[in-house]
Amino acid sequence: MNMRIPILKLHDCLLVSIQWELDDQTALQFQEDLLHKIHETSARGVVIDFTSIDFIDSFIAKVLGDVISMSKLMGAKVVITGIQPAVAITLIELGIRLEEVMTALDLEKGLEKLQRELGD
Amino acid sequence: MMDSSVKIINEWDIVAARQLGRNVAKELGFGTVDQARITTAISELARNIYLYAGQGEITIEKIESGTKKGMTIISRDAGPGIPDLRKVMEDGFSTSGGLGAGLPGVKRLMDEFSIESTPGEGTLIQSVKWLK
Repeated sequence: MNMRIPILKLHDCLLVSIQWELDDQTALQFQEDLLHKIHETSARGVVIDFTSIDFIDSFIAKVLGDVISMSKLMGAKVVITGIQPAVAITLIELGIRLEEVMTALDLEKGLEKLQRELGD
Repeated sequence: MMDSSVKIINEWDIVAARQLGRNVAKELGFGTVDQARITTAISELARNIYLYAGQGEITIEKIESGTKKGMTIISRDAGPGIPDLRKVMEDGFSTSGGLGAGLPGVKRLMDEFSIESTPGEGTLIQSVKWLK
């Protein structure tokens, strides 16, 4: 039942598209996989796209916030993209703020933002 | 009234409970934002059961009151109970190191919310979302 989220390499960035509802184990596995992939590829930036995700609960938000901080420790910047209106509304109502996190409307804008941040 | 339950014993049951809730919400005609609110509320309640009580049950009921339609989420466990209900309803209070935004979040996501808890006996939480 445990599925791995694919992590793609594009130049010096990693691309992740979350395509299905995350259970706890998949989320934790992803955290580990992403950090290993950053280490392996010396990636400087990561875009995680949530376009297909229709809700994020406090556990997923915590895992996500943590993996962003962990990536930062390793020298990689993370941009979150594609957060749906319903997801943004419920996260704030739930009382979760991901304020330090870089975001963009979609994958394309996320990659542009990352390129600017990385200065090339 | 149709109702259905999911027993919460492991992490997979959290997924099953929220999928059941989302399906019922869709059937009733809730929009995408309310579907997300309901799914998230169930996920938080089911996770609370898993983390604090070990096991319990989430029951989803379709309800009607006059011309109004809606759904109730009932979270029931026979866990240790909550000694200080007022404290647990304060924002930012969590006994599990930041896991779970807690019950105030669930209350904000839903239209009605009630909680009964007896230390040593368990906790019963009922929350309602009305179709607008």
